[in-house]
Amino acid sequence: MMATDAYPGLPRPMAAPVEPAAPIVTSALTRRYGSVTAADSLDLSIASGEIFGLLGPNGAGKTTTIKMLITLLPPTSGTALVAGADVVREPGLVRRRIGYVPQLVSADGSLTGRENLRLSARLYHLDGGSREGEIADGLAFMGLADVADRMVRTYSGGMVRRLELAQAMLHRPIVLFLDEPTVGLDPTARAAVWERVRRLRDRDGTTILLTTHYMDEADELCDRIGVMHAGRLAAIGTPAELKDQVGPGASLDDVFAELTGTDLEIGGTFRDIGRTRRTARRLG
Amino acid sequence: MTSAERAARPGAWVEPAALHRFVLDTWTITRAELLKIRHDPVEMVSRATQPLLWLLVFGQVLARTRAIPTGSLPYMDYLAPGVLAQSAQFSAIFFGLAVIWERDLGLVHKLLVTPASRGALVLGKALAGGARALVQALIVYGAALAIGVGVRLDPVSVAQVAVVVVLGSSLFATFSLVIACLVRSRERFMGIGQLLTMPLFFASSAIYPVDLMPDWLRVVAMLNPLTYMVDALRALMVSGASSPRGVGVDVAVLGLVLIALVALGARLYPRLAQ
Repeated sequence: MMATDAYPGLPRPMAAPVEPAAPIVTSALTRRYGSVTAADSLDLSIASGEIFGLLGPNGAGKTTTIKMLITLLPPTSGTALVAGADVVREPGLVRRRIGYVPQLVSADGSLTGRENLRLSARLYHLDGGSREGEIADGLAFMGLADVADRMVRTYSGGMVRRLELAQAMLHRPIVLFLDEPTVGLDPTARAAVWERVRRLRDRDGTTILLTTHYMDEADELCDRIGVMHAGRLAAIGTPAELKDQVGPGASLDDVFAELTGTDLEIGGTFRDIGRTRRTARRLG
Repeated sequence: MTSAERAARPGAWVEPAALHRFVLDTWTITRAELLKIRHDPVEMVSRATQPLLWLLVFGQVLARTRAIPTGSLPYMDYLAPGVLAQSAQFSAIFFGLAVIWERDLGLVHKLLVTPASRGALVLGKALAGGARALVQALIVYGAALAIGVGVRLDPVSVAQVAVVVVLGSSLFATFSLVIACLVRSRERFMGIGQLLTMPLFFASSAIYPVDLMPDWLRVVAMLNPLTYMVDALRALMVSGASSPRGVGVDVAVLGLVLIALVALGARLYPRLAQ
């Protein structure tokens, strides 16, 4: 499938940088809300095909960062290139080349799984002739072929997440953004999501940026981790590198405590907590 | 030039022209919303009670008093299109609640990250909101016929009524979306929604002619899109009725206001995801 075209789901000229040096590059990317700096001078460079995790407690600036990269939130200053396009000057091009699964539930419960995918396929103008085939492939890839024509409101939390992944990858994005992909899921469902994310990267070479506040998720799934604390990137490295910096036998929890002087559990506003619980309830 | 720069250059790829894409995307959103109604028609039934109350209870009592001069038109004939417009507006004005609900989920965020233009997202949702009012039109037609209103049943008139119902309801749905984008919370929205519906209703030609109003209210009525919707519906739906300005002017006013509101909504909609 990959033989002739690096991004087979995209009409040729949309697919682009054939070998992008770095699908995500930010330079001094900053977002302020009044006097609060939610994202503070971030310099990131994420390699093609990498699964990169932004790790930190609620309120560390992960979601703000992701929202700037996917063109939902304009940066206060600094620049970001995503899939070869500037998020401020060329937001349309960025949107065409990325996929996004929000932290909150984004599949429509009042439609079937297949209908949700049709909605996405049409909004990305996938070719009508191959559309239904692509949708069936996406459903099968995510293990949802059997429930494709059931209303999404009858799905389990893990099924909803996998459907959302199917929606976000349907147009073969160059970069996929996952905001807290397994929040509120039970261990089996989490493992299933991790498995599909890895297989997606292996199949399409998709670059994946995810946020998480779970140490085990960062450790298990990510090639590299950026630890965020109070809007800043406190450290970047592979899980092994980060642990080595702290000392023999250290866990990522130790890394986090060492870098920030706090436990991961601390932090987050009332609103964050409300949102996380709401997501958990809807998925659970 | 690197390959990334080349790919990033605008205009380098073939895709539907902007207007064509706008129409396609609007229809994609509308179609998905209409599909939801088909999956869950119960909501539509509950919309039917209010117009029946106004028409069969309020209308029939008031018609006996003969207190409202409606010219050669019997009062029930005068009232039926007013009730249709009013019930469509009442439902549409709470459309913003669905918008806030979709933002409290992650639906709005996901839509805003697709390449679809914000205007297409807003208009697509609003048109679907407008189409829902057609069910109310059906109910009002049935009730009006039952009580002997001189309803025009030729296909052209019925089709024209349908267009005005969808146009007017979409306008109020978009207005509601604009408010939802500004207040962004269900509680505040409920307060404002309730504050708006009755004044819009009373300051219109829905249940009495504008000529009966004091001067200040007449000014408000002429600024109220509901007046134009009611007048157009009356002329198209009932034999012997006409619009004071002509249906063409009414429809043009509704269309221009809708375009302005969609443009405003398209600017505000992304705020929901910030």
